[in-house]
Amino acid sequence: MPAGPHHGSAPATGAPGPARATGRAAVEVVELAKRYPKAATESLAGVSFRVEQGEVFGFLGPNGAGKTTTIGILTTRIRPTRGRALVAGVDVVADPVGARRVLGVVPQTNNLDRSLSVRQNLLFHASYHGVPRARRQRLADELLEQFGLADRPEGRPDEFSGGQIQRMMIARALMHAPAVLFLDEPSTGLDPAARLFLWERVAELRSAGTTVVITTHDMDEAATLSDRVAIIDHGTLLALDTPAALVRGMTDERTLDCTVEPEPSADPEALDAALRALPTVHATERLDDPSGTPWRIRVYVHGDAAASVAPVAQLVGAAGARLTDVRMGEPNLEDVFIHLTGRALR
Amino acid sequence: MSGPTGAPEGPGGPGTLPHLPHWGPWRTGLAILRRDLFVTGREFPIFLAQVILQPLFLLFVFGKVLAELGYTQPGYQQVLFPGLVALAAVLTGLQSTALPLVIEFSYSNEIEDRLLAPLPIGGVAVEKVVFAALRACVAAAVMFPIGIWILGSIPWHASTAPGVVVMIVLGSLLGAAMGLILGTYVPPNRINVTFALVLTPLIFTGSSQYPWPSLGRLRWFQVVSALNPMTYVSEGLRALMTTGVPHLPTWLCFVVAAGYLIVLGLVGMLGFLRRALG
Repeated sequence: MPAGPHHGSAPATGAPGPARATGRAAVEVVELAKRYPKAATESLAGVSFRVEQGEVFGFLGPNGAGKTTTIGILTTRIRPTRGRALVAGVDVVADPVGARRVLGVVPQTNNLDRSLSVRQNLLFHASYHGVPRARRQRLADELLEQFGLADRPEGRPDEFSGGQIQRMMIARALMHAPAVLFLDEPSTGLDPAARLFLWERVAELRSAGTTVVITTHDMDEAATLSDRVAIIDHGTLLALDTPAALVRGMTDERTLDCTVEPEPSADPEALDAALRALPTVHATERLDDPSGTPWRIRVYVHGDAAASVAPVAQLVGAAGARLTDVRMGEPNLEDVFIHLTGRALR
Repeated sequence: MSGPTGAPEGPGGPGTLPHLPHWGPWRTGLAILRRDLFVTGREFPIFLAQVILQPLFLLFVFGKVLAELGYTQPGYQQVLFPGLVALAAVLTGLQSTALPLVIEFSYSNEIEDRLLAPLPIGGVAVEKVVFAALRACVAAAVMFPIGIWILGSIPWHASTAPGVVVMIVLGSLLGAAMGLILGTYVPPNRINVTFALVLTPLIFTGSSQYPWPSLGRLRWFQVVSALNPMTYVSEGLRALMTTGVPHLPTWLCFVVAAGYLIVLGLVGMLGFLRRALG
């Protein structure tokens, strides 16, 4: 039976869960706020959260929600107005140099060194971080291989596609083996294949135990990659949980999209009435032209959608028709977002 | 999964490197400097052409052509040569920080990887200034063989050589600090017009083509020239290299140039921090 549209063949969901450390958090943020000079309101209005070690943590929100400001503070590039932020136990305000040792950043836009080749970009980055020469050479070759860049290590960044640039920046960020990797809107502007490749690499990082903090305004990306998702809007944290729990917590409404092949004698009105009489069903809707065949009916149910499949099939049979396909629809993060903010994300 | 992400554990948590015990911010600074030297070294002839061309033509036209045609007095070369060494130092320093900074902060964002390196943000600015000053010192040094080639001989006293070296270094740093200010305060869309408005007056009020004390009859221009930091580098080099040419006292040149360096360096550093930190 097909799964819901937003929980498809996710590379991360198949991976074994990381061992959750009970001790120090990978990222700890307490009442973090930022007001930019001359701004009327706070871009970040007292946000608190914790990212566990080995977790993929998704930051979901529209543009201007405060995602990039949060990442900017955590990566020592923006000074908070108030609050506290620790990365791998290092206070990013009190010890920015120490924090930069343990974090890696993949920015939204290409900031590769255009005067250097791909391989040199990796090597020089590692040298800034004090990775010994022999080790950085070996590491660069391994990462170029892993990120599918080994065939043109001497090419200049300008000669590569957006997806390859993105991979180069991730490989570069991994050269100093950061404890926490920050990915800011990583798949913006990537084609579907490049996006999938990126997702697979993130899933690999997660299985290797690297903590990944990822910002996105893409529902699929947040749901697919993240162990937990923080929904942020207008500088405020609206919700924080696993994608499944966020969806579950919002509503227990599910949908069953049924395709029904009717006999000539079958009466759609009667079937409709019978379906609505079921205790778990609270509404039905025709998705196609009511005069056409097969019928496509959406059934809104409470609770476990799978439990409603059998009674629905029985009623369809009793109405002189045949159920040929059922698709269970879960509400997705987009619904959660709309529920929380009253508007669509994009 | 196998591969580099499964690196051995370090103090930062799983996957982090065991950092070298002696790895301090200054070594990160040196690594960044090594990157700049590597890139410049690869295109050294282009770099030389870039920094030499302007002083070369000034030297040729004012020192050679006008002299041959009899439009300048004998001995003008004495005035001109130290001034052009100063010009090469200050201008190369300025251009080596200003333009790259404008580009790296706005268009290429290349500086980000260095701002995320484990050294204080100000260290990145210091590295920029040091690197630009190195380029400027090379540009000034190259003026000596060129001077000998074009002019036949150059004013020079072995006894004052250390002072000349110090003044060239000072002038190079001064130019780099001025470039730090331009590169961080001027918005990228204004850099072209700013360069035009700043460079030309800087070149022609820096006492590189005339001795400052002789400007008594052009009082206002003397005052304007006195405000240009380059004047003290030109005059200082003239004081150290020539005899019989009027010049400001050597000590005054060093003190004012050093004072300008401190003030402009601090202003430039503030501009850099403002750009680098949100």
